[in-house]
Amino acid sequence: MISEEEVGHIAKLARLELTDKEIEKMQKDLSIILNYFNLLQKASGKKSAGLHKTVQSRGLNGLRKDEVIPQKKETAQKIIAASPNKKDDYIKVKSIL
Amino acid sequence: MELTNLTIKPAHEGLKNKEFTSVDLTKAYLEKIRKSDLNSFISVTENLALAQAIRADARIALSEVEGHDFPELCGIPCSIKDAILVEGEKCTAGSKILENYIAPYDATVIKKLKEQGAVILGKTNTDEFTMGSSTENSAFGVTKNPHDKTRVAGGSSGGSAACVAANEACFSLGSDTGGSIRQPASFCGVVGLCPTYGAVSRYGLIAHASSLDQIGPFTKNVEDARIVFDAISGRDSLDATSVEPEIRNSKFEIRNLRIGVPKEYFSKGVDPEVEKIIRNVIKKAKDAGAEIVEISLPSSEYALACYFVIDPSEISANLARFDGIKYGLSEPAENLLDVYLKSRGRGFGSEAKRRIMLGTYCLSSGYYDAYYKKAQEVRELIRQEFAEAFKKVDLLFCPVSPFPAFKIGEKADDPMAMYLADIYTIPMKLAGLPGLSLPAGKTNEGLPVGLQIIGNHFEENKILDIAQELEKVL
Repeated sequence: MISEEEVGHIAKLARLELTDKEIEKMQKDLSIILNYFNLLQKASGKKSAGLHKTVQSRGLNGLRKDEVIPQKKETAQKIIAASPNKKDDYIKVKSIL
Repeated sequence: MELTNLTIKPAHEGLKNKEFTSVDLTKAYLEKIRKSDLNSFISVTENLALAQAIRADARIALSEVEGHDFPELCGIPCSIKDAILVEGEKCTAGSKILENYIAPYDATVIKKLKEQGAVILGKTNTDEFTMGSSTENSAFGVTKNPHDKTRVAGGSSGGSAACVAANEACFSLGSDTGGSIRQPASFCGVVGLCPTYGAVSRYGLIAHASSLDQIGPFTKNVEDARIVFDAISGRDSLDATSVEPEIRNSKFEIRNLRIGVPKEYFSKGVDPEVEKIIRNVIKKAKDAGAEIVEISLPSSEYALACYFVIDPSEISANLARFDGIKYGLSEPAENLLDVYLKSRGRGFGSEAKRRIMLGTYCLSSGYYDAYYKKAQEVRELIRQEFAEAFKKVDLLFCPVSPFPAFKIGEKADDPMAMYLADIYTIPMKLAGLPGLSLPAGKTNEGLPVGLQIIGNHFEENKILDIAQELEKVL
């Protein structure tokens, strides 16, 4: 069984505040699921060719030029409008340092 | 004539022959939605729908004056899973964290539907961030199965499946990451197509697991699935994984095909009634001249574990964007870290939290090799097994789900039991293959059962041709 401390550590990495009840349930659920994952160790496994192979891209180069694609001003305004905390044309963020 | 019973072609003909208008159609569907107790919609976009219907009617009238055809979807009312952005309308992804989020732009599939003149009736219910197999993880209540209201409609696109089955929309768009189109289509007795990875642009679909997510149609028959798929597929510069389909004019017939039946999909755990119905379809295909070949996909047994490492890992990265800063719910707090912790802690439901935690665990230092890297290797193994299979056969036939629609609440508190509901839809998804759920029959209790038809990459046409031929004999 995965420990309470481990769940707390992962929750912190995941930026999730969990209640005591949630931590307890998480311990139980994660342990069952992680235990199920042990099945994978039985599989021989091929060397992964990386995601570009698994997406079956038919030789398509998915990368585009690194350039700015102009957008309508209204789109930018709508995106800012969706932010819970804003001032003029800016999204307000609490200071990091 | 019951307007809401019509499929796309007859509705199109009716509009063309002025038997009814798009406004008539739209109002008939809105009335149906109003009276429904299925909870298939999270929001009804009545104003948008009526405005679009009026425009469609004008376009239809103009096309007559000018003597040309109008697009097949013009004036046809549809619904959209609430994880796909429709400009100016709410898009919740079934989550409290996005309860009041207004989409700032149209998804590419929506742009394409709007160009054709389709009418958008509303946004359909989904498990939170499309994670689940029953819509019980939706923050806005469960969708009931129209065939038995004590049962789930499946998920995550349960709202889309239920509303098409109950004639609350002519067709619907959903999304499939591990089975979220095919499984609810099977549970509700409608056609659901999960296209090849890359066949349809995901721009504007709220991301769940990006190496798996795909948008596809729910329809009342196979013909409609083809019409909608043709309308939404193709290369989009805004989704780097999307590709232009090759034009193929080949027509496929059952009598010329070899159909593979993977024995692992009929092993322990499959409901005997489901097996009987699927075996019966396979026999019908044989009677029609197909060569039936039993094949083996031994790595299928690892698929579910493989998926539940990869899927939550991608989720933990994709859902990092919900931080209380850019959009959605924001909890006031002293410092930035607390804004993150509290907004995410209050905003996400239990399944989203569980998968974020699982993914973070699998990607964390010391566990990456044992879980994520191993899962990628197993994914490659599964992909190669399918590639080998398609050297021998044209299509694969198997059940969509081991059981028909289950009772509401039956699996809600047991995540592992819920994950097992996707055991037959996940393997081909890991290989990026297309699959369709075709209504194949009903159990003694009257619950629909879907046949899953899996094709090779970008062979939707072959799947659709064969499904359409089978549809006539089922």
